[in-house]
Amino acid sequence: MSKLPKPEELARNISFQTPAKGWMDVKPDFRPGTYCNAAAPKWMEWVGYPFPRAWSVAEADWKLPPDWKEIILAGMEDRLKRFRSLKIFFDICVRCGACADKCHFYLGTGDPKNMPVLRAELMRSVYKRYFTTAGKLLGEIAGARDLTEDVLKEWFFYLHQCTICRRCSLFCPYGIDMAEMTLLGREMLASVGLNIDWALASVAQCYDKGSHIGATPQAFKDMMDFLAEENERITGITTPPSYNRKGAEVLFVMPSGDYFADPGTFTMMGYMLLFEYIGLDYTLSTYAAEGGNFGWFVSHEMGKRLNVKIYEEAKRLKVKWILGGECGHMWRVCNQYMPTYWGESPGFLEEPVSPITGTRFENAKVHKMVHISEFTADLIKHGKLKFDTQRNAHIKLTFHDSCNTSRGMGIFEEPRYIINSVLPEGNFVEMPPNTIREKTFCCGSSSGINANENMEIRMLGGFPRANAVRYVQEKYGVNHLGCICALDRATLPTLVQYWVPGMECTGITELVGNALVFPGELERTTDLRDRDLEGFGEAEETEEEGDE
Amino acid sequence: MDFCKRHFSVALGAVLGLMLIAFIGVKANLQLLFGVVAPYLAVLIFVEGMIYRLIKWARSPVPFRIPTTAAQGRSLPWIERSLGDKLDNPENTKWTIGRMALEILAFRSLFRNTRTELRKDPVDGKKVQLVHWSYKWLWLGAIAFHYAFLVVILRHLRFFTEPAPGFLHLLDSLDGFLQFYIPVVFVSGVVLLAAALFLLARRLVKAELRYISLAADYFPLLLIIGIAVTGILMRYFFKTDIVAVKQLALGLATLKPVVPEGISALFYMHFFLVCVLFAYFPFSKLAHAPGVFLSPSRNQPGDNRWKLYVNPWNYPVKFHTYMEIEDQYREAMYEAGLPVEILPESAKTGGEG
Repeated sequence: MSKLPKPEELARNISFQTPAKGWMDVKPDFRPGTYCNAAAPKWMEWVGYPFPRAWSVAEADWKLPPDWKEIILAGMEDRLKRFRSLKIFFDICVRCGACADKCHFYLGTGDPKNMPVLRAELMRSVYKRYFTTAGKLLGEIAGARDLTEDVLKEWFFYLHQCTICRRCSLFCPYGIDMAEMTLLGREMLASVGLNIDWALASVAQCYDKGSHIGATPQAFKDMMDFLAEENERITGITTPPSYNRKGAEVLFVMPSGDYFADPGTFTMMGYMLLFEYIGLDYTLSTYAAEGGNFGWFVSHEMGKRLNVKIYEEAKRLKVKWILGGECGHMWRVCNQYMPTYWGESPGFLEEPVSPITGTRFENAKVHKMVHISEFTADLIKHGKLKFDTQRNAHIKLTFHDSCNTSRGMGIFEEPRYIINSVLPEGNFVEMPPNTIREKTFCCGSSSGINANENMEIRMLGGFPRANAVRYVQEKYGVNHLGCICALDRATLPTLVQYWVPGMECTGITELVGNALVFPGELERTTDLRDRDLEGFGEAEETEEEGDE
Repeated sequence: MDFCKRHFSVALGAVLGLMLIAFIGVKANLQLLFGVVAPYLAVLIFVEGMIYRLIKWARSPVPFRIPTTAAQGRSLPWIERSLGDKLDNPENTKWTIGRMALEILAFRSLFRNTRTELRKDPVDGKKVQLVHWSYKWLWLGAIAFHYAFLVVILRHLRFFTEPAPGFLHLLDSLDGFLQFYIPVVFVSGVVLLAAALFLLARRLVKAELRYISLAADYFPLLLIIGIAVTGILMRYFFKTDIVAVKQLALGLATLKPVVPEGISALFYMHFFLVCVLFAYFPFSKLAHAPGVFLSPSRNQPGDNRWKLYVNPWNYPVKFHTYMEIEDQYREAMYEAGLPVEILPESAKTGGEG
């Protein structure tokens, strides 16, 4: 791993100077820290991906199959036939540049090829050359260029500097969506055996065992049991989950980030406390142990291969409906792809009804899956949860809208409603309006690129987000960054540690878990992270000393 | 020559070349070609090209419903959604039509535009910060350009109709409300030229736009500027025989083409550029006009969770079944106390013992 420069240094070097040479003549600079490693052949074999081989991004020879060019062009033709989006997006861009300074990677790197318009042009130029008359006849002057190995390498470089966040598509007057093109571009790269290790390892593990982290069923249970014990230790409340239990009312599916590592685990503890509090008849599955879907980051098909496990398991366990945890891309897939992948409304499930409030989730009538924020907001609205907001008094929060739940679903009010219910008044502050809600900035590491070897590009991609976080930290003393996304909880801590030291990341259900008042619970002196609550522990003592 | 200069000069050369062709053509008495053949051909190419383009697009299915949701979606009944929310994240066809109308008539997405700049942190000079603000100039330029163009086109209908429909008189008087100069200056023509020049200028002045612009971006702008300039010159400065022009236009419209005497070369240059614009339209980025109607991120409602969307080419995929995983880990799962579908061998013998 290359050494990451100091934040000031990295930021100072952001330059928006365009190169002297035209973009067709500039090759990407594969500096360590800017790219993800090639996928190990093992992962490719696990999922039956073509051309598994050991190769290295840094080397000149990528060991492409001899007919790689034909494969890519045939793949492009096939995708043009199957996706109207691709055709339209290739044909109608006017290069107005409205998307340019909307991309977090462009704002972070200043590299003109990270303007979505030009990133798309990297592929569009090949489309023009082989699929349009003008491009065939006029070549470069029509914006067309031959598909060469350099062009392919450029795709690989820049299609992994797009996190499929769709911010560009929000501002595009025609809704041209780089995310869609990146996805299809990555599919084409995969067709000649060009995959990144971080994404494909997660995919293969999830495919083979049940979750991105590759936990076996028994290991999954261990992790969950541990978190339940933690709950008991801190709150005195036992929250034993059940596993693979047939006939449970609800199947709860969460991203593996929520039981794998801090701070996601605290959110998992929050879920368990919440479900225990309301007595929800739910079960966890060791098979559908992953709500997240790195498969969708590499291809539409792989997305489906991982996603169908959720409905399959719901069918096997004969549950009534599915409840989904806090996760961004999981919900983009669940919202915009899942029933379509399945092909029909899953008839073995029922229209979700909250057993506590009786609320019928009519907006999930076909999908049969409810978002935890909707579910919780409904409980709060009906007065079913008793909170002691003072237990969150040490948390001054701002909320990061995740790209996928924002621009691929539209869930903005529910988490805010929960936040305002579990935090003391005045403890929630919004970031500047151009950086939240539908205009939210990506964490910079989504879509399978949250590896370690590309840390520099991750920090640059996350700079616009961090910049807004730093603003509220300096101005309002915000100390926590809340989110409803497990990838955020995995990547934002690294990001804010780098750019905004002193900032912590938290899931929203963790805050719910902190604030829930159980009958017969232990007196709470710490939050779920074992940090002293206000009025307890050392913090209080020093405060008293200060008063004297 | 560098990339930008090459692409700009090719576009400029093409437009000037087209004007020169028309000029020479008229001097060589090819009025029939430029006054009758070219417009008919252009309209034919426009119509056929458009149909071809639309069929080509329509032949590819839309496998997934992927609207860009730009506001709170339909959710719990007590979660309020403003009118804007309903338009930005439509829940059904009605609201989607509203969203599309707003997009097409008012350039909604462009109206959202912001500008972001990297600046030195005012407190700590060693740090930098990004500053975002609302930026409406591109929206204004684009909307001025398109509406002015629309008015100009409508105004020109008076050449092709006899008698001219009533609304054209109204349009003319509105357009000429300034009552300035003789003949009265039409605001639309001036705005069209100004907006086109603005759109061209930003392409040439802003480094990143210069970097991405292709000949295909300069050409239509220069073409339209050429049309506007020749039109303005003709109306206000180098007048041509307007009666003869109307005769020509009416002849074309009624399919009884005539080539009257006394029409200036300037007119033919203007007219030829318009013909080229028509013929060029379906095969270029100008196809964004029909294309935006088909944009899957805009023309679909965000109703995925309560209305099934079927992918016409959906196919079964290979995935790991639960049983495959249980087969792999049955013993360990059983030992960990996880329920299993089939008891492992050890459990069976244990039971017997």
